[in-house]
Amino acid sequence: MSKVIGAPADTEAVIGLEVHVELLTASKMFCGCRNAFGAPPNTLVCPVCLGMPGSLPVANAKAVEYLCKAGMALGCTIAEYSKFDRKNYFYPDMPKNYQISQYDMPLTTGGSVTLPSGKRVNLTRIHLEEDTGKNVHAGESIARSAYTLVDYNRAGVPLMEIVSEPEISSAREAEEYLAELKAVMSYIGVSDVKMHEGSLRCDANVSIRPAGARELGTKVEIKNLNSFRSVGRAIEYEIERMRACVREGERIVQETRGWDEGSGTTHSMRSKELAHDYRYFPDPDLVPLELGRALLSRWRTELPELPAAKRTRYVRDFGLSEYDAGVLTSERSDADFFEAVAAASGNPKQAANWMMGDVRKVLDRAEMTLASARGRPEQVAALITLVANGTISGKAAKEVIESVMIDGRQPADVVAERGLAQTSDAGAVAAFVDQALHANADSVASYKAGKEKAFEFLVGQVMKLSRGKANVEMVRGLLKERLG
Amino acid sequence: MPEVPIDIAHVAKLARLPLSAEEAERFSSQFGRLFEFIRELQALDVEHVHPTAQVIPLHNVLRTDEVRPCLDHEAAIQNAPATEGPYFKMPRILE
Repeated sequence: MSKVIGAPADTEAVIGLEVHVELLTASKMFCGCRNAFGAPPNTLVCPVCLGMPGSLPVANAKAVEYLCKAGMALGCTIAEYSKFDRKNYFYPDMPKNYQISQYDMPLTTGGSVTLPSGKRVNLTRIHLEEDTGKNVHAGESIARSAYTLVDYNRAGVPLMEIVSEPEISSAREAEEYLAELKAVMSYIGVSDVKMHEGSLRCDANVSIRPAGARELGTKVEIKNLNSFRSVGRAIEYEIERMRACVREGERIVQETRGWDEGSGTTHSMRSKELAHDYRYFPDPDLVPLELGRALLSRWRTELPELPAAKRTRYVRDFGLSEYDAGVLTSERSDADFFEAVAAASGNPKQAANWMMGDVRKVLDRAEMTLASARGRPEQVAALITLVANGTISGKAAKEVIESVMIDGRQPADVVAERGLAQTSDAGAVAAFVDQALHANADSVASYKAGKEKAFEFLVGQVMKLSRGKANVEMVRGLLKERLG
Repeated sequence: MPEVPIDIAHVAKLARLPLSAEEAERFSSQFGRLFEFIRELQALDVEHVHPTAQVIPLHNVLRTDEVRPCLDHEAAIQNAPATEGPYFKMPRILE
């Protein structure tokens, strides 16, 4: 029997993502209303964002700057000439019956996002537009609502749409792509990129084709993806659904499907008829943007070191693993904290271990973040130094870290208060060692007879006699000397 | 009647305009004349002319990112045909 082209084992997935990022400006895109999440419904609105006749939009300079900086951080080409267009459609979330967006002359084109594997996903474009209002559906579901309630606080919030080329090949790559975008946006400070508050949103275009084929298969757009995990799960589900279609000899229909987190499935959304006929035309209320080289190069110099550059530096200069460098750089504030600890302690490796280990652990337990914790980098560094110079044991340090991070105490004070300092006094340690050897003649004999384990037992006995305070390295050294 | 390369019924539907048969015919003939003007313009050589999206000789008209007072909530919703609580009330979206 001949092999069926397109059977599951022979297909590959082709994924493109459209990511919407709300910009962290003080005011909206085309009016002075405050740009904020969570205000009482319809309190952050004015004639412009409510689309009242006679009102005129004026573009927010900061939003233009933020979009260009995002584009620069992703290696995009910034357009010399750009304009705003009207995207026309009737839907209650847009009071004007059009959304101001950019059609054929977006602010940036090209650019790419590099995944941890080194694979580069190219970008098509990034354009600037205004966010829509929020529909609150009365009743138990959209389909059963008798009517729709609308809050326009979000209408007119500056929004950038980042469109990737269809170059992502798996759910995992999609999640990695999003994580990298999120990290870059939070580093340059243009968005708070919170998926649960909707300041980072993602739609996925998914298709499958025979492995190695050039032509793209019929694509399906997946909406309603509310977390990184749901992006991954929905794409996995959709690829499997499409493979099953092909297996059963069914045709894949081009459509929009909604992800349902509860059931873990996608379902066909009744296509808004003619929805893609937006009749774009240049917005006559707005004039074009021609930003000029001087302005663009000033913005370029204001960009901070980006996560990819930081990761490379951590691996090269600090000798950290790629994985550790990735964890430490995922949030800029965390990376800044780590770097301050590394600099103040002069011990980047220990700083990395503490940040990813016990510091993270005590913060998680207290449901706090580095920003909300009272402990500062200098205190963590002081603790690392206390271990490095033998004042306290690593074990004792683990007892101190909680007071340092949560209560903001100085490590030296906690050590003094709890009597955690080690004894490094040679005479005192030697006395404990001799006492332990004397009291455990059997173990001494079995060690000398070749039982290595007896050595650890003796170390334990010395530590017990010193009530944990003897410098364990000194104890080991002295024991070896005495037994050797 | 001049040839109209667009579907009047389709455009009317997109614009949510319920045209009568008489109106459709009238607009169709008016569109036809517009397309004749456009055909005349297409005869011009514009190879070296930058596409014009805006005739006002200005660019980069931007505002500083400053918060200005919003409308009072009551004022914002007072003209709405229907409201419920603090919301604008609309017909349901999906049929």
